[in-house]
Amino acid sequence: MTDLIRLTAAEIAAKVASGELTAVEVTEAHLARIEAVDEKVHAFLHVDREGALAQARAVDEKRARGEELGPLAGVPLALKDIFTTKGIPTTVGSKILEGWIPPYDATVTQRLRDADVIVLGKTNMDEFAMGSSTENSAYGPTGNPWDLTRIPGGSGGGSSASLASFQAPLAIGTDTGGSIRQPAAVTGTVGVKPTYGAVSRYGMVAFSSSLDQGGPCARTVLDAALLHEVIAGHDPLDSTSIDAPVPAVVEAARNGSVRGMRVGVVKEFAGEGYQAGVMQRFEESVELLRELGAEIVEISCPSFDKALAAYYLIAPSECSSNLARFDAMRYGLRAGDDGSKSAEEVTALTRAEGFGAEVKRRIMLGTYALSSGYYDAYYGSAQKVRTLITRDFEKAFEQVDVLVSPTTPTTAFPIGERADDPMAMYLADLCTIPANLAGNAAMSLPCGLAPEDGLPVGLQIIAPAMADERLYRVGAAVEAALTERWGHPLLEEAPSL
Amino acid sequence: MTVTELVSYEDALATYEPVMGLEVHVELGTKTKMFCGCSTSLGADANSQTCPTCLGLPGSLPVVNATGVESAIKIGLALNCEIAEWCRFARKNYFYPDMPKNFQTSQYDEPIAFNGYLDVQLEDGEIFRVEIERAHMEEDTGKSTHVGGATGRIHGASHSLLDYNRAGIPLIEIVTKPIVGAGEKAPEVARAYVAELRELIKALGVSEARMEMGQMRCDVNLSLRPHGADKFGTRSETKNVNSLRSVERAARFEIQRHAAVLGDGGTIIQETRHFHEEDGSTTSGRVKEEAEDYRYFPEPDLVPVAPSREWVEELRGTLPELPRVRRTRLREEWGISQHEMQSVLNAGAIDLITATIDAGADAGAARKWWMGELARRANEEGAELAALPITPVQVARVCALVDEGSLNDKLARQTIEGVLAGEGDPDQVVADRGLKVVSDEGALGAAVDEAIAGNAAIADKIRGGKVAAAGALVGAVMKATRGQADAARVRELILEKLGVEG
Repeated sequence: MTDLIRLTAAEIAAKVASGELTAVEVTEAHLARIEAVDEKVHAFLHVDREGALAQARAVDEKRARGEELGPLAGVPLALKDIFTTKGIPTTVGSKILEGWIPPYDATVTQRLRDADVIVLGKTNMDEFAMGSSTENSAYGPTGNPWDLTRIPGGSGGGSSASLASFQAPLAIGTDTGGSIRQPAAVTGTVGVKPTYGAVSRYGMVAFSSSLDQGGPCARTVLDAALLHEVIAGHDPLDSTSIDAPVPAVVEAARNGSVRGMRVGVVKEFAGEGYQAGVMQRFEESVELLRELGAEIVEISCPSFDKALAAYYLIAPSECSSNLARFDAMRYGLRAGDDGSKSAEEVTALTRAEGFGAEVKRRIMLGTYALSSGYYDAYYGSAQKVRTLITRDFEKAFEQVDVLVSPTTPTTAFPIGERADDPMAMYLADLCTIPANLAGNAAMSLPCGLAPEDGLPVGLQIIAPAMADERLYRVGAAVEAALTERWGHPLLEEAPSL
Repeated sequence: MTVTELVSYEDALATYEPVMGLEVHVELGTKTKMFCGCSTSLGADANSQTCPTCLGLPGSLPVVNATGVESAIKIGLALNCEIAEWCRFARKNYFYPDMPKNFQTSQYDEPIAFNGYLDVQLEDGEIFRVEIERAHMEEDTGKSTHVGGATGRIHGASHSLLDYNRAGIPLIEIVTKPIVGAGEKAPEVARAYVAELRELIKALGVSEARMEMGQMRCDVNLSLRPHGADKFGTRSETKNVNSLRSVERAARFEIQRHAAVLGDGGTIIQETRHFHEEDGSTTSGRVKEEAEDYRYFPEPDLVPVAPSREWVEELRGTLPELPRVRRTRLREEWGISQHEMQSVLNAGAIDLITATIDAGADAGAARKWWMGELARRANEEGAELAALPITPVQVARVCALVDEGSLNDKLARQTIEGVLAGEGDPDQVVADRGLKVVSDEGALGAAVDEAIAGNAAIADKIRGGKVAAAGALVGAVMKATRGQADAARVRELILEKLGVEG
């Protein structure tokens, strides 16, 4: 069974379609793997064993009847616990939603089911997607499969860890400031934040509405592309959803090439705070791109140094409003309701007990930033910075086809190291945040291990909005060249659990 | 709480000038809610018309109701407003259990319509222009029912029930600029404005605007300033004043109360006030020590609304004749006074009379029935005139029967009674109730007319009071009808036609 869990999603789909494997065998193998290793990793908050097997049986029956199968039929997937799943708990990593069973499926959930993807369960995450380490989960941290004492990134640490520990070949994440890409980088996996609006946010519990974007996580660029095509596309239930055809990402992933492309290196993404080994692997990647036929151009994006500050005004502002609904009145936790207290008191007690420290910190930051007299100075200025960053990108993309940078300044840090230092934690998203502010598409893929600690380093590729296919074209070329250089996929070097 | 002795209205106006601001919320009559597909129909079981979006469930998202936007633009155009080329929704953040998301999706500094006016006609015929600041789109909240307390208010209640059927129903909030210069007519202007706005909304077909059903709700903001002063005084905000009469009374009461407080050297506290239907008074609600901070910001879950100029012009082209213009035209066509027209308006009879005329009746007869017999019946039953079980077409038919002489006034009344009692169309009622004799009576009537015409001197005597002289005319008619008429009835007819009591 060990071999089966190491198959890519593309391979599984082909074997299920041809009848070489059944969806049930595939699902059972992954459930067995979860059983075997997840006690150590803690990637999942909820494993839907029965539901997954039932769905696998349905796929096999569908095939037996000769019906057409979805493009990823029979492929297991780990779903971030931020997407609503009808009849299956959805906690968003928070105590305030403990025990909540949504009455409806997110659009992403629905599309996965329609594509015959097997949803194994819901993965751990920083509470409400606020964090870069998954330590902010109310249900305990997740370990990085490369070193279980280290963080798997965040907020989607459960999804990235499930991939890196071969518990699932596919996962779904959400990326508000880097929550898909940074976990991918530190676990040696692939993660894509599509263009804002590419993947429906309907049923994706909101953190920061103007920044949140769901996207695919996988172990290969092609697998990410296959999943991208399944979940992307216009959704009338999400007003911010793009009403245009999905870029041909699978075609791009099958035809990786950078020959003749202009690749920009953002010079602001370097210097203090960047780990030497990370920069070394990044520079080697740039050299590789040149060898593969790309023209390398140095690009300056002067407003990027204000991105982190703008992000930490916009995201908390929106979250302070988005999270107001958790008031104990309609669903989720209700604390202190002993019959003697007013609704207002019960709401206050529930929020005090149900939200963790980081969530409270951001709600307070956002409430302050939006308050009258401060709005212009904080939220207003942050929106101006957002415009400047978008302009920096526009100018850059007049000169180059894609931009590249390290995904995150350092490799995975030890669990607990930055837990009490929010500013240090926030720096993990330094390179990823600009793409969220501008709504661009971006990918992280593995580009080696840092010499000093032997931990994965991620290469970030950023493309203009609506040009997601460029990520896959470039990513596939880099992936193929590096795999050839290493003689095997990077994840084969991960310790067995 | 200290009870303020009110100052007389005249004294208050002698010293101060009232400044008003009126905020009216109108529930649109769209089939579905503003941001989801749930039904807006009234009277359903609690929480049966809800979905993830209007319940604010985690992950849910809003989608704008295009008909809601269209209605907002129509209202804006009818109020002579500019229509924004680009505007956004905004979140108004505050906690309250009947608000599922704990923010209201509304509009803030980018309303869909702004800078307009509405001309209203006062009872003395004066046209008063009320300037409109803005009209914006938003969603309604759910409804709280407080159980266990004495008054139905939250104070003293043991628990509260929440019904979210109303949550998300589209609202248009229409805000006036400060209304100055109305002087002693301020309360009348307030009432006339709300009445005119209601007519306008109904004419546009965007809402039934029934105040008693909460489909239209009014807040009356009022302040006083000494005559000649530039600066506005501190205002009070009387919330949810929900009838035309109450709007007028609330404004009047607040003028007298403010004057009393100011006259005693006191200061008006900026606060919300509750209006009491029983005695027309207001009492203190919530004190606004500082302006509530709603932390407005643009709603990131919705895209901007950018109505194309072509669409706006297309909608402008569909606007009906404005109610005041229409009333002036009809008043002239019908040949009635301003005062009579006001009564017709107050009775809700304009459309009914118009439809009756369209069905063939003449204006005088149509107005006579609707404003007379039918208005009386509606009044007795406490029903709206339009709710009576009789149609303009049926009323027109009765008028026609009278015109052709088949019915006289008394019989026409009986026919209408039959229609109202559900006995069928006028012709059916006439047949079933045996009012048919009146058609013979028509012939009889003609013979009587002939006899009167041919015996003018005798007729004059009868008119002069010599009732006994009628015998000669009866004889003439009996002769003319070759004795087939009922002599007693003929006598009655003669006296009736000559306007003499038997």
